[in-house]
Amino acid sequence: METKTLTKKQEKKQTTMRISGAEAVIHCLLAEGVDLVYGYPGGAIMPIYDELYKFQDKLHHVLTRHEQGATHAAQGYARVSGKVGVAMATSGPGATNLVTGIADAQIDSTPMVCITGQVASHLLGSDAFQETDIVGISTPVTKWNHQITKASEIPEVIAKAFYIARSGRPGPVLIDITKNAQFEEFDFSYEKCTGIRSYNAKPEIDKSSVQQAAELINSAKKPFIVWGQGIILGQAEEELKQLIEKAGIPAASTILGLSALDSDHELNTGMVGMHGNYGPNVLTNECDVLIALGMRFDDRVTGDLNTYAKQAKVVHFEIDPAEIDKNVKTDVAVLGDVKESLQELMPLINSNKHEAWHEEFKKRYAVEFDKVIKNDIHPEKEGLTMGEVINQVNRASKHEAVIVTDVGQHQMITCRYAKFNKTKSNITSGGLGTMGFALPAAIGAKMGDPDREVVAVIGDGGYQMTIQELGTIFQTGAAVKIVVLNNDFLGMVRQWQQLFFDRRYASTEMVNPDFVKIAEGYHIKAKRVSKREDLEAAVQEMMASKEAYFLEVKVEKEDNVFPMIPTGSSVADIRLS
Amino acid sequence: MEEKQSYTISIYSENNIGLLNRISGIFLKRHINIESLNVSGSEIENVSRFVIVVNTTESWARRVVGQIEKQIEVIKAYYHTDDETIFQETALFKIKSDLLFDQRQIQNIIKESHSEIVTVSRDFFVIAKTGRRPEIEALYDELRPYGIMQFTRSGRISVSKERMDISTMLKEFQLIN
Repeated sequence: METKTLTKKQEKKQTTMRISGAEAVIHCLLAEGVDLVYGYPGGAIMPIYDELYKFQDKLHHVLTRHEQGATHAAQGYARVSGKVGVAMATSGPGATNLVTGIADAQIDSTPMVCITGQVASHLLGSDAFQETDIVGISTPVTKWNHQITKASEIPEVIAKAFYIARSGRPGPVLIDITKNAQFEEFDFSYEKCTGIRSYNAKPEIDKSSVQQAAELINSAKKPFIVWGQGIILGQAEEELKQLIEKAGIPAASTILGLSALDSDHELNTGMVGMHGNYGPNVLTNECDVLIALGMRFDDRVTGDLNTYAKQAKVVHFEIDPAEIDKNVKTDVAVLGDVKESLQELMPLINSNKHEAWHEEFKKRYAVEFDKVIKNDIHPEKEGLTMGEVINQVNRASKHEAVIVTDVGQHQMITCRYAKFNKTKSNITSGGLGTMGFALPAAIGAKMGDPDREVVAVIGDGGYQMTIQELGTIFQTGAAVKIVVLNNDFLGMVRQWQQLFFDRRYASTEMVNPDFVKIAEGYHIKAKRVSKREDLEAAVQEMMASKEAYFLEVKVEKEDNVFPMIPTGSSVADIRLS
Repeated sequence: MEEKQSYTISIYSENNIGLLNRISGIFLKRHINIESLNVSGSEIENVSRFVIVVNTTESWARRVVGQIEKQIEVIKAYYHTDDETIFQETALFKIKSDLLFDQRQIQNIIKESHSEIVTVSRDFFVIAKTGRRPEIEALYDELRPYGIMQFTRSGRISVSKERMDISTMLKEFQLIN
């Protein structure tokens, strides 16, 4: 370890004890406040599992049915609790199975520490049984990773791992520990990491940039806020609300920012992006000052960059310097923690109303309601729509549930229509678009805040990518509510085939099993609904259940999600049909 | 279209085993070919310095440097145009010893090119030439007709004309904590 880390003296433990590397791992996790880990055992990590057995009253281990499930569960746990999620796996295939979840956590800035076992260090590089270069493989998708070959490295490396995972822009860290390092005994003591000299987690706020931002915001006639997950990660929900209320600025969220502001707040104009709301997308290209808060101008948000908000001055509040001017050229960049920046900004902001400007959003909403929303949530046609199912979930949840979604049409519909009145309630795979995310993530979400209702809404395609995690639900008793919106299609791909590939439905139709029987096979209460008159009662029954519950809703096979910004089009050219 | 030109990317980092992989991945992801790469110690103890030459646009150079700086073990990264740096490369030429005695012209070439003879043995001698790329290429072209047994050229090494306050940055960090 050549990296210079610093630790606070007062946090130093005075005593050292002679223990194995494996036991040290457990003590490190406990010292970091971890009480729950997700994982799957195997040869190279057995010494650590042996210690987990001894420490099971202090550190609970959830056995998922696949290592990918462990990472998504850790992600769901982290996103709901705000804590670092922990996943464990053995070497080789165990480790490679973590990669999808790690990549998902990296692109969605989720704090996660993954611990993998590795073959003994004398076997490294010999193509030993279950040897794989997981540090090499995970490098592009981790915030940091490291291989430990000596037990004495364990405390410092794990301390760094947690510090890096949770500080600044959070992300996943992978620690690979050779089997000999797990067995080896050493004098253990633990010091939390409080800084790394080559890593500036939180850039210092430049007051002059805050001043310039305030001037632009105060002078704006048509200001518009787009906030992202940075608001949630930075715990700046209250500051966001104060800013929009004081300055009278209409605001919209990226998909990952949803739930940071009450869905029904009068200045919440919905969601931006490919399947976002009509008003916020179109008016991005009419506002005069665009204020981006903790978001990264993803291509699914901006559409064609050459026609994105060209008329507007852009103010970007962001903790990651590499995001400034990465996709959209900013006029004022406020680097730093968004909560602190907004606190600095508030006293400089004039009260305002911008009523005529709000009207523009209301007008666009009326158009969208008439052309899209009405038919989605109050359909008159025979087949059930995904939108009406979400509408029933909203009614039953009273907007209080954590909603976990997978990837595809159901995800877009849910993120469009689900109502939230509490932050950290929208858990979805945004950047990576990982099918199979929702079921294990819902397990983690439920364990991250057991008092909250957790509803996983999943398509029939993604559900079958991690369906084995029903076993985890059964074994742990995690009371998650699972809604599968079944259209017997990979719906989003089918929609694109219909719109852009002349209806050539290549490999998108699914012949599905009896999902109710499968759930029942895992002893999970289950029901199927295919008629409108049965929907409300079924959703109510599911929500009232104290245990896990599976509800399959047979929805219209070939419905499309609108509005839609076709790839490469301008936000202004969003299609309503 | 923004014009491509040669940029020298200088990185100060901790001396870490996996960092080269992490940094090269950043170029790979964006299909930016590394023209030359040199890793060495720096003016600060235990701090490594990468000098990487790429041919790209200014906006890509800026974004790549942003991504590099984001890596935990990178202390600071910069990008400079050729005008903003002092840079050199070194080349070694291995040539048959007979030629040194049989071909008088070779001695003149060595003299005029300001290269130096590193070693002479019974079978071969080695010439080292430090300078800019065109000077090395000119020497190569002159020696080639006589037969070059081996040729190799180092990556670019460079120092910037502007200050790079790495020591101050590191000191400040120690003081804060």
